[in-house]
Amino acid sequence: MTVLIETFDLSKSFGDFHAVEGVTLQVEAGEVLALLGPNGAGKTTTIRMLASILVPTRGWAKIAGFDVVQDPVGVRSCIGLLTEHHGLYTRMRAHEYLEFFGQVYGMPLAETNKRIDEILTQLEMVEESSRRLGEFSKGMRQKLALARTMLHDPAILLLDEPTSAMDPSSAKIVRENIFSLRSSKRAIVICTHNLAEAEILADRIAIIQNGKIVAQGKPDELKRAILGNPIMQVELAEPLNGIKPKFPPQVKILEYGINWIRYEVANPNEMNPKVIDMLSASGFFVVTLTRVGRSLEEVYLRVVRNNSDRTEFS
Amino acid sequence: MGSITLHLTDTISGAKLVAVREIRDQLRDWRILSPILIMTLFFPILMNFTAEQAVEFVGRYGASIIGDRLVPFLLMVVGFFPISVSLVIALESFAGERERLSLEPLLATPLTDGQLYLGKMLASLLLPLMAAYLGIFVYLVGLYLRIAWVPPIQLLLQVLLLTFAQAVVMVNGAVVISSQATSVRAANLLASFVILPVSQLIIAESLIMFWGRYHVLWMVLTGLLLISIVLGRMGLHVFNRETLLGREIDVLNLRWASKYFKKEFIHGSTTIIQWYKDLFRYSLPRLKIPIIITIVVFLAAYFVGDITANRFRIPAEAFQFDRLNETLGSEFAQVGLMSLRGWSWILLTNIRALGLATLFGIFSFGILGELLLMLPIAIIGYFAGNLGLAGHDAAFYLSALVLPHAVMEFPAAIIIGAAILQLGMTIMSPTKGSTLGESFLKAMAEWARISIGLVIPLLIGAAIIESFITPRIAIMMLSG
Repeated sequence: MTVLIETFDLSKSFGDFHAVEGVTLQVEAGEVLALLGPNGAGKTTTIRMLASILVPTRGWAKIAGFDVVQDPVGVRSCIGLLTEHHGLYTRMRAHEYLEFFGQVYGMPLAETNKRIDEILTQLEMVEESSRRLGEFSKGMRQKLALARTMLHDPAILLLDEPTSAMDPSSAKIVRENIFSLRSSKRAIVICTHNLAEAEILADRIAIIQNGKIVAQGKPDELKRAILGNPIMQVELAEPLNGIKPKFPPQVKILEYGINWIRYEVANPNEMNPKVIDMLSASGFFVVTLTRVGRSLEEVYLRVVRNNSDRTEFS
Repeated sequence: MGSITLHLTDTISGAKLVAVREIRDQLRDWRILSPILIMTLFFPILMNFTAEQAVEFVGRYGASIIGDRLVPFLLMVVGFFPISVSLVIALESFAGERERLSLEPLLATPLTDGQLYLGKMLASLLLPLMAAYLGIFVYLVGLYLRIAWVPPIQLLLQVLLLTFAQAVVMVNGAVVISSQATSVRAANLLASFVILPVSQLIIAESLIMFWGRYHVLWMVLTGLLLISIVLGRMGLHVFNRETLLGREIDVLNLRWASKYFKKEFIHGSTTIIQWYKDLFRYSLPRLKIPIIITIVVFLAAYFVGDITANRFRIPAEAFQFDRLNETLGSEFAQVGLMSLRGWSWILLTNIRALGLATLFGIFSFGILGELLLMLPIAIIGYFAGNLGLAGHDAAFYLSALVLPHAVMEFPAAIIIGAAILQLGMTIMSPTKGSTLGESFLKAMAEWARISIGLVIPLLIGAAIIESFITPRIAIMMLSG
């Protein structure tokens, strides 16, 4: 796989304040990385360094092979940045606004217009194309800002709070669009506070706190690393009546219910069939076997809390 | 050559995109359009009426010269009023866009800082300049129809160029201001740093016009173009992505400032000896070019003084040196020399002059600071020139009266002149990667290192010599 975003020890200080410290990341083509963190954690500063807007004070970053310090124009040509605030020109019309950015990216006019039509259709905004942006609602403004970001079909998308200030239906459209933007040739970084959204969209999660990456990995890996092995719940046809059926030794029983048992297992794919077999052999018929849902929110809160505690005690 | 042309074409095409968008935006804003329209069409007609009435009125009392001078002055005023809008547009374009948070999407595009800066500058200049020139045209047509007045080509050219230069100065000034403000309100507060000098300039230009010395306007124009270049350079430096988005700059952080200053002043030294070593190894070599410039400037000042002596001669009778042996000692004592009081007075005067030169230097990129330090040198040159013209040996008298303490005072003046020049230059062209504030504090710390470490000790020595040794040498040499 091609690595489209690569950083090493990326750091940024403003005077004595260290906004970002030693961020090392890799995002491959086709991958979506969610950057999670509390306010002021350094997400936006990281994104701005990746977009060659801020110069790192230490470390380096390469975007599609371009160094963010050596070749900022190259970097900015292949990224699409959705800023935290939409920052639209309110006296312009939607089509005119996108046309301006098309010109800025050096796109031929015919191609720009074709692309504008495509994107506005995709975002269900065709009817708004000749309206002034000042008349747009917050959600519509954010959608248009996303259209601007997608206009030149960039290989890298940096999305800072893409669905903030949106009503649920607009947020859903934007989420679906971001999902549709996943391609084998594109890398996407999303900064968000919306953990459910991150879980839906991201292949990998990086939690940033006080400028440092404190946890990084695939959602399942993170859950396992932070919260422990997956937890399964088996529901039986008959009540247990105090009987404790035999389980494989690799399984750790957590709780017995009236007609259910909850257990922790490192490798559910391998162990679950054995669990079912053993229960059947003991005369218990399995009605359902489900994974107990553990949200990314739990992971996030645990990581952030642990890190804060560590910071306080250190 | 080819790559330069390509780069230039590329820069211009990017800047054009930004400018066209902004101009289109301005044409949709009635708050910008209405003052421009009023000042383009209504104001020149009002000035026509004023000029006609004034010419008629002063003509009645035989003072037609006042009318003759008023008409060209009003021509300049008609041009100036619309371009004053350029300041507002520039503040709006730079600080406003930052405040509305619409700048970041633009900064994330492949447009370079230079393209954005040039585009915004063009957008700020174009409409007001067009309005100014149209206003001038309307004024001239009206005046021709009313009193059949046609401006001399030179005057018209001067007014057109002055209008352009003033607009460029204001816009560049606005960029520098906007870089230090995150809101239009803050930028407007800072705008007085542009409005006040420009209004003083207009008063000066009006005086020149009423004085009738139109050739002086060429010098004003040259000065304005130089200031434009300096401000443009500063503007280009401060208008960069890092400065625009990287810092919170509205708050005056005295603690940070004093800490930063202290760090730069100490420069990592732990002992005074180490600090002095660093001063000679690091700070003084950095002043090499400013020192050379200051020496040249001081030599020029001496020669200007010497030449001036030919034009404004002191009568030879004023130099009565034959009775010096009787009076010199008492005269020295009268002015406080050869006493501790005299020593402290000389030292304080010199330190005051140093402080004043620094203050002037800060606000004039070092130039006024140098000019102030040139003054005593020019006076010495003037004095020496007159001595020569009166048939005396100037070198002999200078050796007796100036040279003993000049051995320490001149190096002090040269070093401080160089430090002030460097301080001014740093403000004009801040260090890359630093904000204007950081660069200024760094330059101030450098200036303080030089002043405290070198200049003040030299001035103390010079004051001791001037107070206690020079008078004795002078008495010895001049009393025969």
